[in-house]
Amino acid sequence: MFAYIVRRLLYAIPILLGTTFILFLLFNVVPGDPALQLAGKHATPEVIQTIRAELGLDKPWYGQYFDMLRQLATFDFGRSYWTKQKITDMIVAGAGTSFSLGFPAFIISTSISLVIGLFIALYRGTIIDKTIVAFSVAAQSVSLLVYILAGQYLLAYQWGLFPISGYDPGMIERWQYLVLPILIFVFLSVAPELRFYRTIFLDELYQDYVRTARSKGLGTKTVMLRHVLKNAMIPILTNLVISIPFLILGSVLIESFFQIPGLGDLIVKAIANNDRPVLVSMTVLGTFAYIIFNLLSDILYAMVDPRVQLK
Amino acid sequence: MKFLAKKIKGNSLWSDALRRLLQDPFATWSFVVIILYVVVALLVRAHLIADGWQESIGGSREAPDLSKGVLHWMGLDIFGRSVILKTIQSTYTAMYVGLLSSLIAVPIGVIMGALAGYFGGWVDDLITWFYTTLSNIPEFLLLIAIALAIGKGIDTVVIALGVTSWVGLARLIRAEFMKHKNREYVLSAQALGGGHIRRMVKHIFPNVLHIVIIGFSLRFVTGIKSEVILTYLGLGAEIGKGSSWGLMISDASGELIQGVWWGLTAATVAMFPIVLAFSLFADALRDAIDPKLRT
Repeated sequence: MFAYIVRRLLYAIPILLGTTFILFLLFNVVPGDPALQLAGKHATPEVIQTIRAELGLDKPWYGQYFDMLRQLATFDFGRSYWTKQKITDMIVAGAGTSFSLGFPAFIISTSISLVIGLFIALYRGTIIDKTIVAFSVAAQSVSLLVYILAGQYLLAYQWGLFPISGYDPGMIERWQYLVLPILIFVFLSVAPELRFYRTIFLDELYQDYVRTARSKGLGTKTVMLRHVLKNAMIPILTNLVISIPFLILGSVLIESFFQIPGLGDLIVKAIANNDRPVLVSMTVLGTFAYIIFNLLSDILYAMVDPRVQLK
Repeated sequence: MKFLAKKIKGNSLWSDALRRLLQDPFATWSFVVIILYVVVALLVRAHLIADGWQESIGGSREAPDLSKGVLHWMGLDIFGRSVILKTIQSTYTAMYVGLLSSLIAVPIGVIMGALAGYFGGWVDDLITWFYTTLSNIPEFLLLIAIALAIGKGIDTVVIALGVTSWVGLARLIRAEFMKHKNREYVLSAQALGGGHIRRMVKHIFPNVLHIVIIGFSLRFVTGIKSEVILTYLGLGAEIGKGSSWGLMISDASGELIQGVWWGLTAATVAMFPIVLAFSLFADALRDAIDPKLRT
């Protein structure tokens, strides 16, 4: 097992270098000199030169690429062009907020979709199964943005159940602003997730071990909960682990819409303000997190599934 | 003997699939809807319909009025333009994004997957490493990086979606080519002197064509849906340069509170059938072709 983990870790290194290099290439074909943009209209050539040196733009390309890796390793990304704050501080603050929104939504939507997915897989082909699947296919044919708009309009504006948008960083005060975004988050996630879980459960239901268990005389409930759920847990768990970075990364759309200052909102504001260092650090860091959790999910898979070859 | 010959003739993969598709009312109707949207998009492109969508035909933001003629049926937008014409004009944008992004992604996916699966060895290692690397960058972040590199706009959406969404298809095609390359029909083609290209294009490709069509449909849907999201986030279509469902839905984030519901409704109602049709068509095609799912 230990050797397997070490090998997987070593395998992640070329992936990490490859992803950061692709991002580096993309960021360095950006037309326009960031130093010119930062220095303003009336800067003297000396000022621009100083800024170029400060940003490390006078170095050769491999020096700049190394700087990017060093920023990632030391978790020090410099300052935002727009707010002039330290990017590290902005990310730490945003991550907590995004987590308050993403984590409850994730737990609730996963539980709901798992239960419904298991239920309709069990009653596959019946009118209940067909209706729920048809509804979720139809629901996915409407843009996410429409649900967010309609949810805010009806629940917050028309019926006045929640604040329309905004945020309060207080540990208790924040929740009144988060309930509606969490509700919408859950609503948006359930349709695609329950179809995913239904497919996984259906795959398991046709396995030989299910027939064996049934022929031994075990009841539906025992087979579903003791056998099917346990085996289906392997793909489900690995899928859940991969989604964790997206919780921290935040739901970009919901955060920016409800003006919740999480990481998603940070990205959208950085797009609007052409805040290059924030975008660079968020993409590099997001990719890094994604690689780590992919790695964790692979290791977890190997641990829970004895069929996975460790060699 | 006569009976047997007849049966074999009627059972080719594609004629069988076609028969199943025609029996499935969902598939038939989906196909009709897709053709309808393509025709509308072509007519807009040829300036035959919705050409005067930018003309103001009344005051600002008028509610739908059935008595004033067809152009007023879905109301007017902030500049007094007919929402019906704007929605039709946007159909062209949606089909443009869907088609072009798929036309970029699908060939890349097929060629990469085919080369990796067919040749194996270092070609496979290289291509697999490349797409694993690419798929390790969360798609949305990659879209941002590409938009930052080539500027914002509708063509950015097309290119960014095209170059980010081929990986899944490449994986599927690779697995299929690995499976097929040592089958008897391919080996006999080799024995008859067929080269690599001939074996890949003429023999294996027709057997994976259904995966390509399904991949194409699914990417088309992704294209149409992503345009809305990316436009809202400020990466997509810009105001003043044509119209799109994304722009219409984004506009609604300020309009809805003032009671202006028609722009949002028109864009949503127009988008629903085409997205649904492509999803159902992909599902139906998979059911018609994949023998494992036949019951």
